[in-house]
Amino acid sequence: MASNSEYQTYYVPARSKLPLFASIALFLTVFGIANWLNGNEGGQFLTLLGLISMLAVLWNWFSQVISENQRGLNSDQLKTSYVWAMGWFIFSEVMFFAAFFGALFYIRQIALPGIEHGATGEVLWNGFEAEWPLMTTPDMAVNGESAEKFVGPDQNMSNPGVGGWVSWLPFWNTVLLLASSVTVHFAHTELKKDKNGRSFNIWLAVTVSLGLLFLVLQAEEYIHAYHHMGLTLDSGVYGTTFFMLTGFHGAHVTLGTIMLLVQLLRSTDSWLWRAIPVVALIIAEIAAFSVDHMSLAGRMVIVGIACLVIIAVSAMKPSKVFKHHDCFGFEASSWYWHFVDVVWLGLFIFVYILG
Amino acid sequence: MAHGPDKGLSRWLFTTNHKDIGSMYLWFSFLMFLVGGVMALIIRAELFEPGMQIVDPNFFNQMTTMHGLIMVFGAVMPAFVGLANWMVPLMIGAPDMALPRMNNWSFWILPFAFAMLGSTLFMEGGAPNFGWTFYAPLSTTYAPPSVTFFIFAVHIMGASSIMGSINIIATILNMRAPGMTLMKMPLFVWTWLITAYLLIAVMPVLAGVVTMMLMDIHFGTAFFDAAGGGDPVLFQHIFWFFGHPEVYIMILPAFGVVSAILPTFARKPLFGYSSMVYATAAIAFLSFIVWAHHMFTVGMPLFAELVFMYATMLIAVPTGVKVFNWVATMWKGSMTFETPMLFAIAFVILFTIGGFSGLMLAIAPVDFQYHDTYFVVAHFHYVLVPGAIFSITAGVYYWLPKWCGHMYNEVLGKTHFWLAFAGLNITFFPMHFSGLAGMPRRIPDYHDLFADWNMISSIGAFLFGAAQILFLYIVIRTIVSGRKATQEVWEGSHGLEWTVPSPAPYHTFDTPPEVK
Repeated sequence: MASNSEYQTYYVPARSKLPLFASIALFLTVFGIANWLNGNEGGQFLTLLGLISMLAVLWNWFSQVISENQRGLNSDQLKTSYVWAMGWFIFSEVMFFAAFFGALFYIRQIALPGIEHGATGEVLWNGFEAEWPLMTTPDMAVNGESAEKFVGPDQNMSNPGVGGWVSWLPFWNTVLLLASSVTVHFAHTELKKDKNGRSFNIWLAVTVSLGLLFLVLQAEEYIHAYHHMGLTLDSGVYGTTFFMLTGFHGAHVTLGTIMLLVQLLRSTDSWLWRAIPVVALIIAEIAAFSVDHMSLAGRMVIVGIACLVIIAVSAMKPSKVFKHHDCFGFEASSWYWHFVDVVWLGLFIFVYILG
Repeated sequence: MAHGPDKGLSRWLFTTNHKDIGSMYLWFSFLMFLVGGVMALIIRAELFEPGMQIVDPNFFNQMTTMHGLIMVFGAVMPAFVGLANWMVPLMIGAPDMALPRMNNWSFWILPFAFAMLGSTLFMEGGAPNFGWTFYAPLSTTYAPPSVTFFIFAVHIMGASSIMGSINIIATILNMRAPGMTLMKMPLFVWTWLITAYLLIAVMPVLAGVVTMMLMDIHFGTAFFDAAGGGDPVLFQHIFWFFGHPEVYIMILPAFGVVSAILPTFARKPLFGYSSMVYATAAIAFLSFIVWAHHMFTVGMPLFAELVFMYATMLIAVPTGVKVFNWVATMWKGSMTFETPMLFAIAFVILFTIGGFSGLMLAIAPVDFQYHDTYFVVAHFHYVLVPGAIFSITAGVYYWLPKWCGHMYNEVLGKTHFWLAFAGLNITFFPMHFSGLAGMPRRIPDYHDLFADWNMISSIGAFLFGAAQILFLYIVIRTIVSGRKATQEVWEGSHGLEWTVPSPAPYHTFDTPPEVK
């Protein structure tokens, strides 16, 4: 029984109100959204209440787990549980995106040719020609410009040819995200070398900044699509797949950026110094997107300044909270970030280059 | 870790204990089983005679839809998660589930999700009425407004399943006692490991497809609308990519339960343990490449029909391995026929019948005749009722003495078995005949031709329902006043769960046992 005497007790918390509150918050959120979408009164209020309670629960849940770890309650075995859990969570996210990539494949390879050549297509959608990007929807093929529901886009996002990549936003988005995967890896290697102070923080802050700039470009692309290209969520199946795939990816980049930012703030000393980057970021976002016709360069400069603040503050005030053997919060966030990066490569190839 | 259970309600609301959470899952699933069962009886009452008697057709459709959803997501799946919560840590010598707080979150999402789903019955336009498979455009263009609530209920049920599965996988991979190698794990643990993998792989796909519905309904996207270049058949492909692994999610843990019970009462080790493990893995793998056999009549190219037909028939091979092994386990054993054993043997026989009708349905050319008839209803009820439900019932009788420390009454248990056995066969066997004769499913009225078989089915359904009330009585009676159970409970029992006292203490294996 030698192994038993070395066994460090697996920490099982005595009781916790968090799971029940989390369930209530989750319920309020989705119940609120459902009411909101169905046009029932009070839906917005319930959604907001649910989201705020969810944030409160998550805040408490994470701080409790962090404090348990700092009190030394977490054995190596428990930490391995967290590693498995994060890994399988990312796998579930992969499968979520697989559903949407699968839909894109099916629509391009099977559904559209089926509408053109299939038995029913001849009767219902006479004159429709399958093409990708789909500019003329079956609706338009039959009803012309007076299409009832789905008017195709005027322009699409497809590949301008390698020569045009320099002025093609998706190319620069790829550069930004690939670079951010490298910088977050540098942050990790610094940590492994026990340089958990300034150099770790700078690399992490650079990663967060690259993520933020990616999001600015993505927002710019959406604004342009809606205002100048006639490309919207309801402009037929091209708009559907384009916005749903890039939109869910963008949502995941947002979440990943927040996760990394939280790690960066934890690695910054004192609440006062943590507040400065957050305030700078909020001001920059409002300033950049509240003016309607600001140029892309203008928006990049404004958010870029906030990024410089984030980098400067985190470089000046490192808290050294992460140790090379004990940095799960950071590691999990960085795995998530790599995952988001890989999904983008899929998008870049299948939505943009082959689009 | 000396903490005991809290007093009163807060024990259940705030618990982190795998046994408490397992019990809550099991009770919740039984409640849902009764609710879904009442809906089934409404359906059978309407079908007792030809003509429209009791409910209007729209409400009938709501009943078939809600019956399916509640039984699949509310009764069968939570019951197996409950068994996993109770038994996996005990079987592998772990102090609890890997992530105890998330475990409780997984459970408590469910009451909210089903409250939201149930509330649709009282909404304007009524509950979802498009069948549990919610095919577009019935579930998008022509759906009642309550579909939005249905979508979000499915979303949070999915979140619950994914978190529960992550927990189970982390527990099995990370919390085994020293010496408990993978190939020493009880088969129930193995089947749950593979089930959890399937869940994590396909629940996000379900979340994806309901999200596409939501976008089509409220935000003008064209996933399932040919006018915009989409395709309703796309819905079926994505749904069944989730749906087929889902049906194995509901049967693999049943294989595990039966593989625990048969050796105990045959007093022989499980025949072909490693082939059982590989067969389970093979079934899980095949489940990903057979989905379109649910849609043979939808107009796929011949080549696709053939691929999906052959892949489907291939599943009979690992399933045959399993049935062979169960029979070989009993062969020349010193068998006794306590209630769990009766349910387990009935499982082997009746599940095999369901498997054979599945093979018939897998043959694409003849499926054109069977499709959407009561033959399909007979088939999947034969794999779900004597498959999933019987194995859960067997598991409850088998482990109940370990959970509450009392033996159930054997005479009552056997009575329950024979009532349920008779009831389900009277209900579902005639459906093969009415289905082959051409009776369509999900229709509240039918031709006089099918009257006799339907009346018999309805009588069987009420018998089966009554048997479940007896089950509830037996369980409560056992908990309150059964005679004391021993630590081993069964003469032929093997495994770590039988090395702890009955009832199992609130905390077990705080330090891991050594497994030889």
